[in-house]
Amino acid sequence: MELFGLYNYWVFAIVLMTGFYAVIAKGNFIKRLIGLSIFQSAVFLLYITMGKVDGGTAPIIQEGVTDQVYSNPLPQVLILTAIVVGISTLALGLAIVVRIKESYGTIEEHEVQSLDRSS
Amino acid sequence: MTLTTHLPALQVVVPMLTAPLVVLMRVPGLAWATAAVASFMAFIIAVSLTGAVLQGGSVIYLMGSWPAPYGIELRVTSFSALLLLIVTAASTLTLLAGKRSIDADVDPEQQPLFYAAWLLAVAGLAGIVVAGDAFNIFVFMEIASLASYVLIAAGPDRRALPSVFKYLVMGTIGATFYLIGVGLVYMMTGTLNLGDMEARIQEVGDLRSILVAAGFITVGLALKAAVFPLHAWLPSSYTYAPHMVTAFLAACSTKVALYVLLRFDFLVFQQNLPAHAVQFFIFLMPLAVLGVLVASGVAMFEKDLKRLLAYSSVAQVGYILLGASLGSVMGLTGGIVHIFNHALAKGALFLAVACLGARIAQLQLKGIHGVARHMPWTMAAFVVSGLSLIGVPGTAGFISKWYLVSAALQEGTVGLILVAVVLVSSLMAVVYIWRVIEAAYFGATPSSAKPAGEAPPALLVATWVAALANIYFGVDPSLPLTLSTQAATTLLEHLP
Repeated sequence: MELFGLYNYWVFAIVLMTGFYAVIAKGNFIKRLIGLSIFQSAVFLLYITMGKVDGGTAPIIQEGVTDQVYSNPLPQVLILTAIVVGISTLALGLAIVVRIKESYGTIEEHEVQSLDRSS
Repeated sequence: MTLTTHLPALQVVVPMLTAPLVVLMRVPGLAWATAAVASFMAFIIAVSLTGAVLQGGSVIYLMGSWPAPYGIELRVTSFSALLLLIVTAASTLTLLAGKRSIDADVDPEQQPLFYAAWLLAVAGLAGIVVAGDAFNIFVFMEIASLASYVLIAAGPDRRALPSVFKYLVMGTIGATFYLIGVGLVYMMTGTLNLGDMEARIQEVGDLRSILVAAGFITVGLALKAAVFPLHAWLPSSYTYAPHMVTAFLAACSTKVALYVLLRFDFLVFQQNLPAHAVQFFIFLMPLAVLGVLVASGVAMFEKDLKRLLAYSSVAQVGYILLGASLGSVMGLTGGIVHIFNHALAKGALFLAVACLGARIAQLQLKGIHGVARHMPWTMAAFVVSGLSLIGVPGTAGFISKWYLVSAALQEGTVGLILVAVVLVSSLMAVVYIWRVIEAAYFGATPSSAKPAGEAPPALLVATWVAALANIYFGVDPSLPLTLSTQAATTLLEHLP
């Protein structure tokens, strides 16, 4: 069925928007970073899904096997790189939040803004 | 195979491999010297690549000799040569000049790490420009962005931290949008190489996914390029970053994102999607016009010197897009040459601000009253580059505005409105540059202030080099014009 065949893409869209909502709506810096991570994870799912071939297996050539269907390995390799980028971004974001906590004593955006306004 | 054939790869590899070495250099000054030398080598490479491009057209380099589209291809066109010159020249000039300024802003313990992040930013920006495939552009874009978050967060003011957090969130969303777009194109074409993509989209039957991809890629890159109204991260990041970082990033980081945007939209999408050119122009032209007018208007009322110039940067991005959205060779040439000329003008202005920052703690308009009496050379350089930003004849800024206005005049009634927009916003630029000049030259020196001397010599020399470059490229604009005209012709040659 067409709708069920697109199941992964529906999940992709829902996870993407969940993450995006958290980034926009939350005032807490840590929660926004979590949202950002969810947002990026959705893209990982998109890439993995497009590389999957029905009945496909790992693309390793074996002697004597000629009629095997293989999944496309390239999107998985790409997304491995994107996962590394996502982790680095998260780590850097958390480091910045630690320094915000050290210099402002809070990680809530509106409190940081009111501290900036009063100084 | 001589060394010169590997120049496109070395352009990225030299700064990237020097970065981890710099981290290990704990002797004061050594990290700075190594970073400056690496950056200067990158500049030499960029100059020789530009020479090669001017002589024999695009330089193509196959990583490990694997043929494209299977291997990774690096491609230096006239457009990329122009951007390489901007990135490496801005980095070298600010590094050579800025040691004292960086010493004042960054803790000595952290300086090796700071310079390593600087070199990674150079490597990332150069990588975006030379990369020939969509995914490498994404990876280099993230290298450059992560490094610039670190550089901006090094700012001495604690307000740098919330600003950089905002930049990080918006920059990551932009990059992820770009990644989604690239994924959708890959799904339909099975290739990541930009040249190959261009050919294979023609075989795609159902173009809806490609259209969605074009939307994602345009919005994502517009976020990175601070196109109005997606510019919210830019003003406070530029304001609270260390002065030298502002001068470096203001000259090149948003331009590189614009480069990718123009390249993707013109080369890959426009010739393949029916009526995409019209959608692109109708979408971007209002944003460009609004950006030019609103950001210039905000700059007129801004009290902080760096924030004023940052808003002006948002307006200049609008000019570049305005040129691109005219869709003619002349308009596109104007937009591309404005990338170069704005880098010159804004780089020189931020260097002059760094000179002021070396003597004055608070860079507010009321804090610089009468400063021209103590720092005549700094303020003279500010005036020269300010004139270039406004677009006075004889300076570099005039060349790009001339091209923009001439291209707009070819467009009929819409063109006349656009000419009016360019003129009004140039007058607004006169107002905000004049407010600084008025304060510095005619303001009464506060009696409590102790007389500040002229800026450190190295910084002053660099500021004047940048300011005189504005004059030089205003009188003899053949180099940027040749490169931009070639770039514009290449971008438009396949369009109907």
